[in-house]
Amino acid sequence: MSGFGSALRERLRALTFELGGPGTRERLEKLTPPRNEYGVDPYGLDLDFAVAAVAPFLWLYRKYFRVEVHGIERVPAEGRVLLVPNHSGQLPFDAAMLAISLLIEMDPPRYVRALVEKWVPTLPFVSSFYARLGQVVGTPENCRRLLAAEEAIMVFPEGVRGLNKPFRERYRLQDFGLGFMRLALEAEAPIVPVGIVGAEEQAPALADLKPLARLLAMPSLPVTPTPLALPLPTRYHVYFGEPMRFTGSADDEDASLEEKVRAVKGAIQGLLDEGVRVRKHIFW
Amino acid sequence: MASRSLAAETVTFPGMPRLVAITGIAGNLGKALARLLHTETQIVGIDRRPFIERPKDLQHYQVDIRKRKLGEVFRRHRIEALIHLGVVHDPRTPFTEAHSFNILGSHKVFELCVQYGVKKVVVLSSANVYGPLPDNSNFLPEETPLMAADRYSDVRDLIELDMHAQSFLWKHPDIETVVLRPVHIVGPTVRNAPSNYLRLERPVTVLGFDPMIQLVHMDDVCRAMVLALKPGVRGVYNVTGPGEVPLSTILKELGRRPLPVPHFLVRGLLRHAFEARLTSFPPEEVDHLQYLCAVDGSRAARDLGYAPLHSLRETIRSVLPL
Repeated sequence: MSGFGSALRERLRALTFELGGPGTRERLEKLTPPRNEYGVDPYGLDLDFAVAAVAPFLWLYRKYFRVEVHGIERVPAEGRVLLVPNHSGQLPFDAAMLAISLLIEMDPPRYVRALVEKWVPTLPFVSSFYARLGQVVGTPENCRRLLAAEEAIMVFPEGVRGLNKPFRERYRLQDFGLGFMRLALEAEAPIVPVGIVGAEEQAPALADLKPLARLLAMPSLPVTPTPLALPLPTRYHVYFGEPMRFTGSADDEDASLEEKVRAVKGAIQGLLDEGVRVRKHIFW
Repeated sequence: MASRSLAAETVTFPGMPRLVAITGIAGNLGKALARLLHTETQIVGIDRRPFIERPKDLQHYQVDIRKRKLGEVFRRHRIEALIHLGVVHDPRTPFTEAHSFNILGSHKVFELCVQYGVKKVVVLSSANVYGPLPDNSNFLPEETPLMAADRYSDVRDLIELDMHAQSFLWKHPDIETVVLRPVHIVGPTVRNAPSNYLRLERPVTVLGFDPMIQLVHMDDVCRAMVLALKPGVRGVYNVTGPGEVPLSTILKELGRRPLPVPHFLVRGLLRHAFEARLTSFPPEEVDHLQYLCAVDGSRAARDLGYAPLHSLRETIRSVLPL
């Protein structure tokens, strides 16, 4: 069993290096999270596992969504940073594709941590899978600690509202929370706005079965025409905006925070509008 | 043997209290603490159990901390500092008995400390008071609300004691009160739930869950308790071990063969097994196999100068027979 497991892991790692293209192995070896004698970092990130686990997602990145990145050089090579993208597509493939872009297209690569929903740790397998990838629950405390350690984190201020929005709302940003702005001000961390074009059409939601969702303790239960929650092979474009720096106090009145949040939201909307305008087709 | 030499390493500092009373000294942790401290200062032991294999220079009083006789110990000795370990943890002790001992006993001890001008009180609580919850941050600071209250009597008592110690800390600014909240304590002679669990050949795990676990060696906890006696130290401190690893990694290191049970079955199953005395693992502790309850130990490192001496591997393997 464990022999099979390690053989599988080796094959997946090889697949990651192959799909990543020449030099991927050398680039990924530049990642050096603090690891203890069992090879995990304090948050549970197991880099060997991660490099293997990335393979199927990297296949989606290269062959299925055929992701194109624009302006990735705007992401700071080091130091604390918040990546703030739009969120859509029913299942968080947008988060996975964004994380992979920083891993595969940057040199040295950046390992970004997503702040996940609080119900994720209650899900069997999903919880441990996320944890071995070093993803953490989106508490302010976790966020502070990671920024203080000069890490890159990915925040989706729309949350499930964005992820599960109906098809007619595509490319219209939902309400943004203020939490991410408070944390950015507190940590004096730059915000990189990100527009992800393509994910918004990958799984058109026709309805949301709210009562059934409540019964299953899920945030929502969208109904899509694609069976088994398989997304459509839309082409992804990931647009990175210029890093935005804000000054002020995290304890400022909501009105002042809302203004700053609007600026970020405007930047993302700008990236999305431009991305949708210039693309030739949803699928290619 | 690495653990032997480390245990022998003494901790001392200027201003060490000249006479330290230790409640619950006859327990495994108490014995280890006495071994570490008796060469540095004078110790008075207090426990309702006899203290077997006690160092010659150590005076032991076999009294129940709820009884009037306890005052006798305070009258006879000029106690400068007290370390309170006298909390019953056995999940099979009847609840009312344990509750009375833990709560009434602790109140009595605190009262006497005020009455007899004890300068320093160190209370051993536990990081379990935060409770394993799905929305816990990865490293809980000391200010985290104590949310384990809805669990079971063992932890409820501990929370009550912890809260009482905290209010004592604020009410008596002249007494240096220290509350220590160590993560799961393990060691060759430790018989608490986590150590017993790790000794099982086929421990039950929750299918699809693999939380990060923090363990600390009993020797390191003893060192933290001694460091808490330092003059000027007061407040609440998490006490962490040499790091955190997934539960599966610990079980693998110990060569265990886990028995994964789906999360919707595991609690009922363990409750039946516990009631039938097939296992000593308290069913309420299952949350620790499913969710995070890890803490931030940086405050103790900064204020107490505490750092664990045992490595991660040594700490994990310390539950194995020597």
